[in-house]
Amino acid sequence: MIRLTAITRTFHMGDQAVYALNNINLQIASGEYVSIMGPSGSGKSTLLNILGLLDKPDSGRYELDEKLVTDLSETEQAQIRRERIGFVFQSFHLVPRLTAAENIELPLTLSGMPSEQRQIRVEQALQAFELKQRAQHRPAELSGGQRQRVAIARATIMQPSVILADEPTGNLDHQIGAEVMSLLEDLHHRGTTLIVVTHDRELGARAHRQIGMRDGEILTDQANATG
Amino acid sequence: MRLVDTVQTSFKTVLSYRIRSLLIILAMALGVAAVVVLTALGDGARNYVINQFSSIGTNLLVVLPGRAETSGAFLGAVLGQTPRDLTLKDAQLIGRLPQVRRYAPLNVGEAELSAANRLRAVTVLGSNVHLIPIRHMVLAQGSFLAHGTENNAQIVLGAKIAREFFPRTQAIGQRVRLGDSRFLVSGVLMSQGETMGYNTDEIVIIPIGHAQVMFNTTSLFRILIEAKSHSEIEPAKQAILATVKQSHDGEEDITVITQDAILSTFNRILQALTLAVAGIAAISLIVAGILVMNVMLVAVSQRTAEIGLLKAIGASSVDIRRLFFTEAVLLSLAGAILGFLLGQFGSLMLRLTFPQLPAWPPVWASMAGITVALITGILASMLPASKAAKLDAVNALGKK
Repeated sequence: MIRLTAITRTFHMGDQAVYALNNINLQIASGEYVSIMGPSGSGKSTLLNILGLLDKPDSGRYELDEKLVTDLSETEQAQIRRERIGFVFQSFHLVPRLTAAENIELPLTLSGMPSEQRQIRVEQALQAFELKQRAQHRPAELSGGQRQRVAIARATIMQPSVILADEPTGNLDHQIGAEVMSLLEDLHHRGTTLIVVTHDRELGARAHRQIGMRDGEILTDQANATG
Repeated sequence: MRLVDTVQTSFKTVLSYRIRSLLIILAMALGVAAVVVLTALGDGARNYVINQFSSIGTNLLVVLPGRAETSGAFLGAVLGQTPRDLTLKDAQLIGRLPQVRRYAPLNVGEAELSAANRLRAVTVLGSNVHLIPIRHMVLAQGSFLAHGTENNAQIVLGAKIAREFFPRTQAIGQRVRLGDSRFLVSGVLMSQGETMGYNTDEIVIIPIGHAQVMFNTTSLFRILIEAKSHSEIEPAKQAILATVKQSHDGEEDITVITQDAILSTFNRILQALTLAVAGIAAISLIVAGILVMNVMLVAVSQRTAEIGLLKAIGASSVDIRRLFFTEAVLLSLAGAILGFLLGQFGSLMLRLTFPQLPAWPPVWASMAGITVALITGILASMLPASKAAKLDAVNALGKK
């Protein structure tokens, strides 16, 4: 359960204040599949960053699972990012020095889990995302689709309640993109809240709820009849 | 994040940037090695000089005629007088002092030594029976002025002289001519090589009486004195000054040098030298520290996207800071250990190359080198680590 109340985020360009988010009120129930669409500069990525606690609003309240998170300390926010939120990025953001398995393991390592338990979880994830053959390969040796699968495996390894995906298919061709989307949708089917930012209308239309943004404001918010 | 994982992750990072890591470790290692080798050299030189100086005698005092005035008017100079000579009588008076174990008057000159159709100029020491023990010389064969023979025309040859003149025959008992007098070879010195720039292998020793006749003098070059014990050195010096002053009509016109004072002066000077050299070497450690800082700062900007990602997947600022900090400490530690080993190896090479130089690196220097390396490494990593920790995740992620 996500509840945003009067969230505002401004950036300064010279002496001019630009509203990236202007008084946003939004409620997303647990297990929803939401797409956020809009032209670039509409504030959709900023909204996603605030939802993922990577960015702080200038004002407003953000409650996650009935808990006010805006006032938490940096360390507590890091813990929430670690345990409740999974990120999937357009450019994958894998650590180039680490193998696929090590990339997937990272959030577990950060959480302080002992090594033996980590190995079991990583093994399961590699199995689930069909990456067993590529486990010891570095990102540079993987195809785009495989890289995004590693990224999704990493985002889900902590079993977060919310997955935030920022243009997850932006760097992939149509077919691979569709495969990646169905992987994410599988997660949604298993109860995870899925929030996808995209400017691809076709992709956005797959979500059960579509939010349209422009100039830092929510323009449309509609449920998909077919969803 | 658990400590073991932090260290392991940092270790992997160090390994994955192989060339960068090697260069930092090398810079650090050279700094530490420089400290170790240079202090080994300095301390070796100090020990060498001290050993050399100790080997010329024990509880030694040396009396020189004349006095170096640093202030005041010297009446004798106005009247055109030279300082009074040091005489055998002075030596005998000194010999009666209770603080003195034994004394050896000394005259030095050059004369031609000839025997068995050979001829060469030699340095001649004129002294008494005590010279040999006081100066820690050792007779390989024979004796010198044994009891009751103080005025006999005896001569002791240095090892090399004996070898040159009597290569095949026994030197003892041979007659030699020194200057215009004939002497009986009564002893041969053991070869001791050079000490304090003065080679006892190429000297001859004759009784002081004969030397004074040969060089036509009544004054002494030096008087060597051995005090009864270490604690008697200073009282002996005062007693000698007082005695000679009295016999020289109240004029204090001699100089007494104690081996102890010279020894401690040398010790101080060479220790200061060692410290100075170590200090100079330590500068290279600071330079290495700054290099670590530079490289880590570059690493932070190179890995900006990675830091952003780590934050996104739940790393706190503390985790990030620790990761970078650990990385720098690992690099410094590896550098310090490698440098210590290099330094030990370098010192070993020095000792093998110059066997007479005891170039052992002092323990304090090795400890200080390693400690300074670690401290500079740690200090140098603080700025980059906190810069990494403060990176804004959103901006960091935006960078490729």
